[in-house]
Amino acid sequence: MWRFVGYRLLQAIPVLLVVITVTFFLVRAAPGGPFSSEKAVIPEVKAALEAQYGLNLTLFQQYTSYLSDLTKGDLGPSFKYPGRSVNELIAAGFPVTAELGFYALLVALSIGGVAGIIASLRPNTAQDYIPMSAAMIGICMPSFLLGPILILVFGIYLEWLPVSGWGDIPGDKILPAVTLGSTYAAYVARLSRAGMLEVMSQDYIRTARAKGLPEWQVVTRHALRGGLIPVVAFLGPAFAGLLSGSFVVETIFQIPGLGRFYVQAAFNRDYTMILGATVFLATLIVVFNLLSDILAAWMNPRLRAQFAEQ
Amino acid sequence: MRLSALRILLLLIPGLFLAACGSGESNVVQGNRAGILHFGNGTEPQGLDPHVVTGIPEMNIVNALFEGLAVKNPYTLEPEPGVAQSWDISADGLTITFHLNPEAKWSNGDPITAEDFVWSWRRALNPAMGNQYAYMLYPLVNAEAFATGQLDDFADVGVAALDEHTLQVRLNAPTPYFIQLMDHHSTFPVHRPTIEKHGKSTDRFTRWTRVENIVGNGAFRLKDWQLNRRLVVEKSDTYWDSDRVQLNGIVYYPTENTSSEERMFRVGQLHYTQTIPLDKIPVYRAKEDSPYVNAPYIGTYYYLLNINEPPLNDVRVRQALAMTVDRDRLTSTVLHGSNVPAYSITPPGTLGYQPPTLFGYDVEKARQLLAEAGYPNGEGWPGLELTYNTSEAHLKIAVALQQMWKDALNIDVTLANQEWKVYLDSVDQMNFQMARRGWIGDYVDPNNFLDLFLCGGGNNSTGFCDPVFDDMIQQQAPRAKTREERYAIFDAAETRLMEQMPIIPIYTYTSNHLIHPSVQGVPSNLMDSVNFRYVSLENELGVIE
Repeated sequence: MWRFVGYRLLQAIPVLLVVITVTFFLVRAAPGGPFSSEKAVIPEVKAALEAQYGLNLTLFQQYTSYLSDLTKGDLGPSFKYPGRSVNELIAAGFPVTAELGFYALLVALSIGGVAGIIASLRPNTAQDYIPMSAAMIGICMPSFLLGPILILVFGIYLEWLPVSGWGDIPGDKILPAVTLGSTYAAYVARLSRAGMLEVMSQDYIRTARAKGLPEWQVVTRHALRGGLIPVVAFLGPAFAGLLSGSFVVETIFQIPGLGRFYVQAAFNRDYTMILGATVFLATLIVVFNLLSDILAAWMNPRLRAQFAEQ
Repeated sequence: MRLSALRILLLLIPGLFLAACGSGESNVVQGNRAGILHFGNGTEPQGLDPHVVTGIPEMNIVNALFEGLAVKNPYTLEPEPGVAQSWDISADGLTITFHLNPEAKWSNGDPITAEDFVWSWRRALNPAMGNQYAYMLYPLVNAEAFATGQLDDFADVGVAALDEHTLQVRLNAPTPYFIQLMDHHSTFPVHRPTIEKHGKSTDRFTRWTRVENIVGNGAFRLKDWQLNRRLVVEKSDTYWDSDRVQLNGIVYYPTENTSSEERMFRVGQLHYTQTIPLDKIPVYRAKEDSPYVNAPYIGTYYYLLNINEPPLNDVRVRQALAMTVDRDRLTSTVLHGSNVPAYSITPPGTLGYQPPTLFGYDVEKARQLLAEAGYPNGEGWPGLELTYNTSEAHLKIAVALQQMWKDALNIDVTLANQEWKVYLDSVDQMNFQMARRGWIGDYVDPNNFLDLFLCGGGNNSTGFCDPVFDDMIQQQAPRAKTREERYAIFDAAETRLMEQMPIIPIYTYTSNHLIHPSVQGVPSNLMDSVNFRYVSLENELGVIE
């Protein structure tokens, strides 16, 4: 088990190095720099700005100095927000994004999981078709459409929930979490339905039924654990996706998360912020994939046995 | 199967929705009672250092936290006393003596002295500072030489503290708008001990502007700053004119998404929005007692023409293109009447200046000009590319103009949209044939628009170069004795410019805000500037329906 974890972590190092190198050179290859603006900047000012940020060094020197700072955990100063370090911007934005992602995941699991399980219990009936069609709509409906619709209905016409903000007005976290979670809910529904269908036709389920267990106990005690393995395997990438993909929802609801900083950084050519956020998110994705692999192994007796042998 | 679908749903889902409902009073209602203005500010401020920041959201905050020698009256835009109680201008217009208000204090209680300004301007002009607005102080003798590193000794720059409360400046040439510049953040004083405590004076990365460190001299002081969430200022009791300040505080929100901002306004989370989505304009126009406020703004939207490149190297082609833009139709349809057609670079009524109008919408004349240039009815037209930065509004305008040119002149114009920084690069390198451009004035004076087109000017970007024009702007206008004489020179210069047509003016900007009726003292003005000293809130309940 530990060997597996250690091996996967070691594997992550070259992956991250490639991510950093490619990002570093790609952002610098993009036309326009962090200091280009609509009003012309005189050469002296531009030179002074570049000197303050170390852009007067050769590209390779900048690269090596970035790497050496990175090993100390220093992601450098932001170009867009003078006086703020990238570490600080990430520290300000990430907890919000993580909280939003967590709630969204809860929404996805509760709505999606329930819908998938319900659908799988009576395949090819209305009880199956209705939740699955809803799931299909959920997958197809982008958050930039769903968000404003939810705001119009619940925020403006019904006046039940706030239209924007994060932790300012009671209830302002509900709509963003539902908006972000619904796409994933749809995936979860489809995965859990497929997983459950497979499990429900297994011999041990027939055995459980033959023992005279009521159907709800058959589902909760025996079927769920096996049936939800595909969902668990999906959780890691899904959570990573929620963290790195919440930009649209953050913008619609004015949420001070990392996603907004990240995308704006690309538009602003905020080199250090783009790199910092990329490194940070890449690390998270690696970690979450690993965690979901471990969790899936723990739920699956066959895999668990394999680990034990190793 | 006894497991009911309904039962599981009932167990799991409602919990999420029941968590919290019922939001109580809106920000506007609470704010009106407490004297707190909720202000939609566009974006998260880059920073708060007056010598570093460049944008309008930053300006809205910095103007509350700091104050220059003079401020603008929001109704007339004429300068009125700020840190300086009064000022004398010498007969030749070359020396200005500012008399500082002895009551003016920093927010930590220190008095503000003339020496503070000398030190601050030295910092603002220091090349190592990388201040993008250093040029605001270029009217000072030797300021440009110091800012570009040709002069090392700041003592030779035209600013001196005669005594604790007297500041004297010497100018290169009479500069009628110089007092106005004292209201621009690049000329604001900064608190030397605070800055030096947190690092080198020219360091852009220090923490002196943080809530716990910052010392300002404005009507408000910084209370709270949460990244991408809100920035809060409260009334300062050390401000010399604090009796007149009626607001107890301002909350600035980074409202990047204009649709979200409009929704926040609709449910009473904001008193004031930075802008309004184009498609919402007709909706708000139709309302009685509409909160929608639309007013001329000192900015021009235009297309740059690269006059070195065929077919635009022929002035007749440039004129034909300019004449076939039906600006009235464009502004009334595509822009929902929110902007004003423009036929010149200087916005009309810039401090009393009316720019010349050399052409109008004239399809016949344009066809004739195009035929003379060798493209009768568009035959032999080599094609033309219009570059603009990705944005729905720019796209709509470009498509409308593309069709107008096709209909009127039978010529094809292709559209090329580019991401913002790529577009800036293309314009900077003059790597385009025709490109979208906007210019917003830094101060109210025709000079601020006309000096864009000096030979080799950094923002010229057209290849236009006319020594006679340069002489008028740089030599004749500053030496004019009266405003009439000066404006006559600008008129003649602008006529020369528009005859050569290196740009196609399209419309004059307007400011567009939603303002809650309880907000008083925010008159529309050409600079779209809010002077928070004048703002008050009527304690009137309710949200606009």
